[in-house]
Amino acid sequence: MESKINEYREALLKTLKEIAYPLVAIFISFIAGGILVYSFGKNPVVAYTALIKGSMGDWNKIGETLVTVTPLILTGLSIAFGFRCGLFNIGVEGQFIIGTIAAVWAGWAFTGLPGILHVTLTLIIGSLAGGLWASVIGLLKAKVGSHEVINGIMMNYIAMYLSNYIVMTFLNVPEKAYSVAIADTAKLWRFSQAFSQFNHSRLNIGIIFSLIVALVAYYILNKTVRGYEIRTVGFNPYAAEYGGISVKRNIVLAMVISGIFAGFAGAIMTTGVQYRVNNLFGFTGYGLDGIAVALVGNNHPIGVILSALLFGILQKGGPFMQIQGIPKEVVGIIQGIIILFVAANFVKVIVENMKQNRELKKITAKEEIE
Amino acid sequence: MEGIGILTVLGIIITASIRSATPLIFASLGGNFSERSGVFNIGLEGIMTIGAFSAVYFSFKTGSPWAGLFGAMVMGGLFGLLLAFLSIYFKANQVIVGTAINILAASLTTFLLVEIWGRPGQTDNVEYFKAWGPFNLFSYLAFAMVVVAYYVMYKTPFGLRLRAVGEHPRAADTLGVNVYVTRYICVTISGILAGIGGASLSIGSLSLFKEGMIAGKGFISLAALIFGKWNPVGAALACLFFGFADAIQTIATNLPVPKEFLYALPYIMTMFAVSGFVGRSVGPAAGGIPYEKGEK
Repeated sequence: MESKINEYREALLKTLKEIAYPLVAIFISFIAGGILVYSFGKNPVVAYTALIKGSMGDWNKIGETLVTVTPLILTGLSIAFGFRCGLFNIGVEGQFIIGTIAAVWAGWAFTGLPGILHVTLTLIIGSLAGGLWASVIGLLKAKVGSHEVINGIMMNYIAMYLSNYIVMTFLNVPEKAYSVAIADTAKLWRFSQAFSQFNHSRLNIGIIFSLIVALVAYYILNKTVRGYEIRTVGFNPYAAEYGGISVKRNIVLAMVISGIFAGFAGAIMTTGVQYRVNNLFGFTGYGLDGIAVALVGNNHPIGVILSALLFGILQKGGPFMQIQGIPKEVVGIIQGIIILFVAANFVKVIVENMKQNRELKKITAKEEIE
Repeated sequence: MEGIGILTVLGIIITASIRSATPLIFASLGGNFSERSGVFNIGLEGIMTIGAFSAVYFSFKTGSPWAGLFGAMVMGGLFGLLLAFLSIYFKANQVIVGTAINILAASLTTFLLVEIWGRPGQTDNVEYFKAWGPFNLFSYLAFAMVVVAYYVMYKTPFGLRLRAVGEHPRAADTLGVNVYVTRYICVTISGILAGIGGASLSIGSLSLFKEGMIAGKGFISLAALIFGKWNPVGAALACLFFGFADAIQTIATNLPVPKEFLYALPYIMTMFAVSGFVGRSVGPAAGGIPYEKGEK
C-alpha cells in the first residue's frame, strides 16, 4: 500500500514537472506579448481582458471558441500520432483540406439517405480521403525513403490547388468562388438545436467526437500491439527492426492513421461548421496550428486537448482585442513565441545550465579551499 | 511576320520568367547554404516576409531603396541567426522552429504594418529599384549571386568545410572544423539571402508591402533547392523553370490545362525529384540533426 502511494506520488511529481516547463514558457510568452502591447502605448491588461472576454465572455463565445478548438484537437492529435512514430506529418494541412472537400462531395452526392447514415458516411469518406492522401507520404517514405517533411509541404500545396480545382469545376456554384452545399441530412447536430444559450454559435457535436478521438488515440498508442510497435519504431527504428517489427509497415500505418485524424477534422469542419468549401487563397491554418498544439501538448492526447483549448482561446479572443484598438496580430506573435520557447525547451535548458554552473562553481570552490 | 511574333512572345515569356524567378533564386540560394551545413530552413517563407517588410520600412524612413535593401539584409540575417541559435544552442527541432518563425513573421509584419501605417492591408508606396533595361537590380544581382554561391561552396576552403559539416559533422570536427560556428555563419547567410529575396518583391517588383505577399514563395524556393539537388546552379535553374511555370499562367489565358495544375506543378515535380523518379535528389546526410560534441 505504502509503496503504491509512493509510486503514484512519484508519477504525479513527474507529470507536474513535465507540465511545468510548457506552462512557464506560455507564461513568459504572454509577458512578452504584454511588453509588446505596452511598448506601442497600449494597456496589456485591457488587451488580455478583451482576449478572455472575447473567447469566453458568454455561452455563444464559448461555443465559437470550441468550434475552433475541435479541429485543433484533431490536427494536434494527428501530428502527435505521427511524432510518436518518429514522423513529422507537416502534411496535416493538406490532409485536412482533402477531408473538407471529400466531405462536401459525399454530403452533396448522396441524397435520400436517412440523416444519421448520411452524416456518418460523409464523416467516414472525409476521414478516409485524408488517410489516403497521407498514405502517399507514408508509402514514399517507406518505399524510397524520401523525406516526409518535404513531401508533406509539397502535398499541402497540391491539396489546396486540387481542392480549388474541384470547387471551381465539378462542385462549383456557378459564378461563385465556393462549392455546392451539403444536404441537410449530412449536417452534424448543433448545440443550438437543444440549448438556446448557443443560438448564435455553430458549436456542434464534433467537439464530443474530437474528445472521443483523443481517447481512441491514447488507446491505440498505449494499449494495443500496433501502438506499441508504432512507438517502438519512433523510439528506435533499428531496435524495432531487430526485434522483428516491420518499420516500413508501421511508418505507412502511422501516416494513414494520422491522415485519418486530419481528414476527420476536415470532415467535421464541412459537416458541422461550413457546409461548403471556399476557393482557397491560402492555407486554412488548422493543419499548421496542429503542429503548435501537438508540441505544446507534448504529444500526449490530454496535453493536446489542453493546448488546443489555449490556441482556440487565443484565436477567437484575438479579434476582440481589435475592438480595444490592439491589433489582433499580437495573438499570432504570442503563438509564435510560445512555439519557439517550447520547441527550444527554453526553460528546461536554462534551468539545467544553471544547475550545471552551480555544481561547477561548487567544485571549483572546493578545489580552491583544498 | 509570324516569326517575329513568336520571337516577341518568347521574349516576353523569358523576361517574365526571369522576373518571377528572381526572389526564388535568392531564397533558394539561402536555403542552399543553410541545408548544406546541416540545418533545415523551413523558415525561408517567414524570413522573406521579414525582408520584404524591412525593405519597405527602411526605404520609407530614409527615402533610399539602398537603405531598404540593407535593412532587409540585416533583419533577414537576424532572423537567420535566431533560427541558428535555437537549432544549434538549444538543439530544437529545426522544422518546428522554422514553422514558428513563419507564424511569427506573418503576425509581426501585419502588426507593425497597422502600428506604423495605421491601416491593415498594405503600406504606402516607397522608393524602389526601378528597372535598368528589362530588369531591376535584383535580377542582375540574383545571377551574380548564383556564381558567387557556386564559387564559395565549391572553390573555397570555407565551402568545403560547410559541405563537410552537413555531411559528416563528426569527421569535420575531428579535423578541426568548428561545426557550430560554421553552421551559425551558414544559417545567418541563409537569412540574409532570404531577406534580399523578400526585398526583391517589395522594393523591386512592387514599391510597397502587402499582407501575404510572399504567398508560398519561400516554400517554392525550398522546392527548387531540392529539385536542383542542393546545388546553387541546379537550384537557380529550377527557380527559372518554376518562374517559367508562373509566367506562362499569367501570360497565356487559354491554356489546355487547368491553371490550378500549373500552380501545383512545381510541387508535383519536386515530389518526383525527391522520390527518385526523375534523377534522385538526396539531401545532406546530417541535415536536420543537431550536432552534439563528444557524443558517440
